This record gives sequence, structure tokens and C-alpha cells, in this order.
Amino acid sequence: MIKKLTISCKKDNLPKIREFVGGVLSESHMGEVEAHKIVLAVDEVCANLIIHANKCDPSHHLEMAIKVDTKKIVFTIKDKGLAFDFTKYKEPSMDEIVSTRRKGGLGLMLVRRIMDKIEFTTEKNYNICTLIKKL
Amino acid sequence: MVDIKTTKENDTCRIVVVGEVDASSSIQLDNAIKAAFETEKKIMVDLSGLEYISSAGLGVFVSHLEDIRSGIDLVLFGLSESVLQVFELLGLPQLIQITTTEEEALAKLG
Repeated sequence: MIKKLTISCKKDNLPKIREFVGGVLSESHMGEVEAHKIVLAVDEVCANLIIHANKCDPSHHLEMAIKVDTKKIVFTIKDKGLAFDFTKYKEPSMDEIVSTRRKGGLGLMLVRRIMDKIEFTTEKNYNICTLIKKL
Repeated sequence: MVDIKTTKENDTCRIVVVGEVDASSSIQLDNAIKAAFETEKKIMVDLSGLEYISSAGLGVFVSHLEDIRSGIDLVLFGLSESVLQVFELLGLPQLIQITTTEEEALAKLG
């Protein structure tokens, strides 16, 4: 099963993204708490793409595809904004975040704790983020 | 999206959060928490109506942890299982006081 959503890069669209992902997961008969976490991970990635990669420009779009099979769920999120270099990402420690009173930095920490695999690639004009959750 | 109300009873500030806190709505939570931390010493946050919180909302609490260490008491209570699990993913229950009920929260604040 593949489900697709194309949505413009506005922060106000995050609830619609969560609703879409939650709807797809509900068909997979996953537990509520587990589904909640997966929705969160996708929301975090989309928020980063909307805010940082696309600067909340509503003329830009995210194209999401969710593929569910018996063993895993694969989320593919494509955009044409600034590419994120995951190889340069270093997870901050919680002490560092607390002592500098920063509000950012927690999103990718959550995604890494929830998903089994995260990939950022570039293909033609697109940046592609792939998230994989084993079932 | 999110509805936040702040009230004061005796010497305790109570913030009630209802709805969803994400990258779009976290500014409202930030404003409420910031205002409370400026004037109050005992703050309880009722999260029983919180359906969803993303890192932007968690970041609001984390950004005030230094204030908690310097003498302001903060207790969160009423988290649903799904929301509590999100706090647990980052180990936040070890850093922020979280109770199940309002009575337990009041007892912590003393």
C-alpha cells in the first residue's frame, strides 16, 4: 500500500500532515502509543523541512509517500529547499541543551530514537528524506 | 490548536494546556511559561488536556530547566500515556517533576 500527500510549506499545515500519517497508521492496526511516536517523528522531520529548508515559503511543497508492507513502513519526503547535510549532524547532549537554554535540537533526537533508519539524499532537483520503521 | 489558561490560587500558579503543541503553536506555551517564571515560585502545569506535543513544546520546558535548578518549583501532571512516552524518549522525567494526579503535584509543591 502506498499513500501520497503533497502539501505546501506552511507551519499551519503540520496538523494536516499528522492527520494524514495517523490515518495511514490506523489502517495498519498499530498500537496507539506506537503510532503516536511515529506521527511525532514524521512531524519533526516535516517541521524542520518547512522551517529550515524551505523558510516557511508556501509556494514550496513537501511530497510525502508512505509505503506499508508486512515488515516495515517507509516514509519518503521530497522537497526542493536547502539540502540538509546529515553527515555533519552531531547530536547535542541534553546537558548542552539545558545549559545554553536552547529550544532547538530536540527534534532530530526524537526522530533517531523512534525510527530504525534515517537517510537524507539528493536526487536530481530533490532532497529526499527516507524514514524506515520496522514492524 | 492549543488553549492555555493561567490562574493563581494561594501561592501556586496553575497553567492549563489543552490541545496540540507543535512547531506552529509552541510560541503560546512559551509565552505562558515565560510569564509564569518571571513572577512565580511554584508552578503547576495541567497537561491532562494535552493531546500532542512535539520537540518545539518539549523545548519550552527544557529551556527553563536552569530556572528550576535555581529555586523555582515546576510540576507537570495529568499526562496521557502517549504524551508521557514522548517525555520519556528524551529522559525528561529525570529532569522535570511529573506526577499522575493534581493532588500529587500539589504535594510536591508543598
